Amino acid sequence: MEQREFMTVDGIPVELNGEKNLLELIRKAGIKLPTFCYHSELSVYGACRMCMVETERGGLEAACSTPPKAGMVIKTNTERLRRYRKNILELLLANHCRDCTTCSNNGKCKLQDLAMRFNIEGVRFPNTAPQPQKDDSSLCIARDASKCILCGDCVRMCNEVQSVGAIDFAYRGSKMEISTAFGMPIAQSPCVGCGQCAAVCPTGAIVVRDNANRVWRALDDRGVKVTAQIAPAVRVALGREMGLREGENSMGKIVAALHRMGFDEVYDTSTGADLTVLEESEELLSHLESGAALPLFTSCCPAWVQFCEKSHPELLPHVSTCRSPMQMFASVIKEQEKTSSRRQFHVAVMPCTAKKFEAAREEFCVEGAPNVDAVITTQELIRMIKESGVVFEDLEPEALDMPFGMTSGAGVIFGVTGGVTEAVLRRLASDKSRGGLYTAALTGVRGMKSVKEARVPYLDREVRIAVVSGLSNAESLIQKILSGEERYDFVEVMACPGGCVSGAGQPYSASIGKAERGEGLYAVDRVSSIKRSEENSLVQSLYGDVLKGRVHELLHVDYVKDGGHNA
Amino acid sequence: MNKLNNRSELIALRKECAGALQLETKRVLVCAGTGCVSSGSMQIFERLKSLMEESNIPVSVELAHEPHGESVGLKECGCHGFCEMGPLVRIEPQGWLYTKTRLEDCEEIVGRTVLGGERIERLAFQKDGAAYPKQDEIPFYQKQTRLVLEHCGQIDATSIREYLGFGGYAALETALFDRTPDDVIDEIIKSNLRGRGGGGFPAGRKWAQVRRQTEPVKYIVCNGDEGDPGAFMDRSVMEGDPHRMLEGMMIAGLACGAQEGYIYVRAEYPLAVKRLRRAIAQAEELGLLGDNILGTEFCFTLHIARGAGAFVCGEGSALTASIEGKRGMPRVKPPRTVEHGLFDKPTVLNNVETFANVPLIITRGADWYKSIGPENSPGTKAFALTGNIVNTGLIEVPMGTTLREVIFDIGGGVRGGKAFKAVQIGGPSGGCLTADDLDLPLDFDSLKKAGAMIGSGGLVVMDEDTCMVEVARFFMHFTQNESCGKCVPCREGTKRMLAILERIVEGKGEEGDIELLLELADTITATALCGLGKSAASPVVSTIRSFRAEYEAHIREKRCPAGECQKLKRIWIDPVLCKGCSKCAKACPVNAITGQIKQPFSIDLSQCIRCESCIATCAFHAILEG
Repeated sequence: MEQREFMTVDGIPVELNGEKNLLELIRKAGIKLPTFCYHSELSVYGACRMCMVETERGGLEAACSTPPKAGMVIKTNTERLRRYRKNILELLLANHCRDCTTCSNNGKCKLQDLAMRFNIEGVRFPNTAPQPQKDDSSLCIARDASKCILCGDCVRMCNEVQSVGAIDFAYRGSKMEISTAFGMPIAQSPCVGCGQCAAVCPTGAIVVRDNANRVWRALDDRGVKVTAQIAPAVRVALGREMGLREGENSMGKIVAALHRMGFDEVYDTSTGADLTVLEESEELLSHLESGAALPLFTSCCPAWVQFCEKSHPELLPHVSTCRSPMQMFASVIKEQEKTSSRRQFHVAVMPCTAKKFEAAREEFCVEGAPNVDAVITTQELIRMIKESGVVFEDLEPEALDMPFGMTSGAGVIFGVTGGVTEAVLRRLASDKSRGGLYTAALTGVRGMKSVKEARVPYLDREVRIAVVSGLSNAESLIQKILSGEERYDFVEVMACPGGCVSGAGQPYSASIGKAERGEGLYAVDRVSSIKRSEENSLVQSLYGDVLKGRVHELLHVDYVKDGGHNA
Repeated sequence: MNKLNNRSELIALRKECAGALQLETKRVLVCAGTGCVSSGSMQIFERLKSLMEESNIPVSVELAHEPHGESVGLKECGCHGFCEMGPLVRIEPQGWLYTKTRLEDCEEIVGRTVLGGERIERLAFQKDGAAYPKQDEIPFYQKQTRLVLEHCGQIDATSIREYLGFGGYAALETALFDRTPDDVIDEIIKSNLRGRGGGGFPAGRKWAQVRRQTEPVKYIVCNGDEGDPGAFMDRSVMEGDPHRMLEGMMIAGLACGAQEGYIYVRAEYPLAVKRLRRAIAQAEELGLLGDNILGTEFCFTLHIARGAGAFVCGEGSALTASIEGKRGMPRVKPPRTVEHGLFDKPTVLNNVETFANVPLIITRGADWYKSIGPENSPGTKAFALTGNIVNTGLIEVPMGTTLREVIFDIGGGVRGGKAFKAVQIGGPSGGCLTADDLDLPLDFDSLKKAGAMIGSGGLVVMDEDTCMVEVARFFMHFTQNESCGKCVPCREGTKRMLAILERIVEGKGEEGDIELLLELADTITATALCGLGKSAASPVVSTIRSFRAEYEAHIREKRCPAGECQKLKRIWIDPVLCKGCSKCAKACPVNAITGQIKQPFSIDLSQCIRCESCIATCAFHAILEG
């Protein structure tokens, strides 16, 4: 038997289990060691110096960058360490805006949280907080450099995980700042609007753009009919913020809350996803038949589409012409309601920041008016529910409205990496039994792994599939495809690692939470009576009705012709 | 020049060069170090050259390939170190050193000295009425032991042939043909050569660690990013004896199994870059760099990477990041540079002076090396003397020499007959030593114990008129300005310390400032990410420790005891002497002086900018300072 190894943290033995650094081990031991710049999915930066611990001999080590060793004895909470942590916080606060109550990150700010934890009662240095330096050029995220504490989380996220490289450090010392190239507005940078920078930002320096007020205005206007569609990943992410279990499906409660807030009709984006499955399957088949433009890349993720437009325009002919589920559904809803006497206002509740940009794209406007009038993220939804005073926990679940309130399990799993592919596989499988469903699930497309591969027999050939999430992983895969090292027929790309459940519009969660959300979606699929998109009778009827003769006009888009817009 | 294919060809070439040197029976060595160049030594060189040519003196500005008889060697040599007295010209074989040479002296030098063998008295160094014509007899040189700098000022800094003629590349030859790589490392370990860049880490141990790495690609990196204010030891080596350093790097490459090396030089050292480039090209031409050196398996190439002006790039991981083309910012360790250094490969990183010591150790042996200086810090150390010292310049002494010997015997004591107050050693990362520390031996361990560090070897001497709070402010300003901005304690902490120090020297210090400075210093020292941050507070802590009363005078009495702080200078009108003429009030540019005619006037110090124009206008000498 292998020798078990231990080290001592604050007098308690803790077993070593391959932890990369002391910080992981200390947190495993149940101690919330403070940090600003540590994220397990990013490289170790070691700049905030909050996680310093004391060794047996009185030496100090940064826990984030020190490997654990058997027999090591450390203390995490000594007089000295508390003093240093307080001093560091005081130094940061001296240079930071302290208008917490009016900050868009109020209540979610790590600086605020740690100042509270360490009982910082005053700052002995003159307040040199810079004037707000706002960049509102992006529809997805808003920056205010004056609130930046230079932890570099956003830089590493943008460069390492997303390989977008829109931002980096500029200048040195106390003049250092996070900047786009040449200080250009973020919208003119390679930014794709994925918002992951905002997700990891500990302060209010990068936040998601807030469109709640536009929704409130529409709700207040009696002459306006307000409809909503809710994306699959939203229902499993309200979790902890609303007193539920992480990953718990709260769709019924969300519908109830929206009804209370004054929404006229509430639908599920999964219905749009069913349309996408049918269209994309057809498209894949025609590509397979002709052998042209393979692999076919999915187009549901707007950040991915932007990445393609900005970094790989040569691949655009390979990107599916299918509109995203949100846009397919929105054009159907808008078309159907065209004759209605009331003015239409369609709201999409999304886990995603890039959807805010997608909704505003010219391609998805009819006579200058966007099909989706406002996109709010899960975080904005939570704030709106709280603002409305509705007690979420106490709500009785309600059903979706008609005429569009019919969904399938295939549409729901769109919210997690591999879901789109699995839904398409269900559609393409000749075996329509329950066994066929298992086969699709077991091809290897499930799970939170960043790159997954599957080989599926179809008629007389084998369809090679790749599922990738995180743009950096997508970039490596693209390089392999371009170099000829790998060959695929179908590639599903989601910009956020893990898919939409990890979208930057969701409440921030560590990777475990993201996996739980994914499980939550599969649980919804298990209990849904319709498993396949083509079995959704509503969708079928749409083809005979509003979509008749207008499938291409309403459900497809030509990014090649119209591409090149900025997030 | 032809490529050398084996050992015997190298030996033959060395013999040939030595022979050519013999034929230069007279040598005129003009200092071509940055200091002397800036005071016109190159014009002197050109003038001497044309004068000699006009007089039909057989002059060789380059060591001749096939000498036809005797000639006068006129050479651009490296820094002699006695920068205070530059431009310097050394005359051989007599060993005379001409100081403060001017262009007008050239004719006389050619006519009387070169042709006539006569000494020009007025160009000899004079002190206390005595003349010291010979370089070796000048007190500045007498107590020095010039080993690393032995060639600086003695040989043509631009010529590999002269380096060979003086026995150059013999250490590489020994290492290649008579030793195994392990032997070489053992020799360096045995010599206990400690890194001259500041930390004093044993170089041999570092090499052994890199040698042990299984990764096939390894790098040798030379840190020539000498950025401490007032330090120029490494510059002098790179400019004056570049081949010695290259040889050291090659030996390191051979010993550690590296095939490539980088020299990281600050962009502010253009002359060093030029000389190194030339030296590398010469070594490549002879096949001392490149593939299969001297017919062996050993292959080694060298590149020069120029810094972009950031002090922090002297820190190992920031330096390698900078070479890689990334932002010069230190990273967390582990992994250490010996495991994952440049381009993520095992890397030996030593500074210029460390590499320059290596050929000496290989040729003369570890035992000889250890006989110099104390056991734990053997060898010599180069220091740059600056500040209020008589002999500004570059010196080399055995480790363990006392501060007193360095400052008074070699440096000639404090300039202008003022009293010695303190010396800042180790640059902005070092500490302030006082008169009480004068008998402290200069070595790694003694200085560390005294709260200072040898650093790269800058010594800034301060006299009684120096305000120690201002000194602390100056260094804090430097460090704050050079902080990379990565870690919070350094970026934000040094900014706050500087702000407090600025307040104190402006007379706006508050009770509690000293304690707050010490608290911040403790936090920064304990928590900063890299060496720059960890040592940023040293000048403040050491000046508070030794000169706390001076801080208190600034804070409590708003007085600068040294009289240096402008804003604290008190200018007042003696009411007894003042006749009330109002001339001073009219002269005051900021209307700080008021009063009624025929009554004594007064100065509002909160308005006064200490321009002293009032003092100059007062006919009655009624306006006083202090």
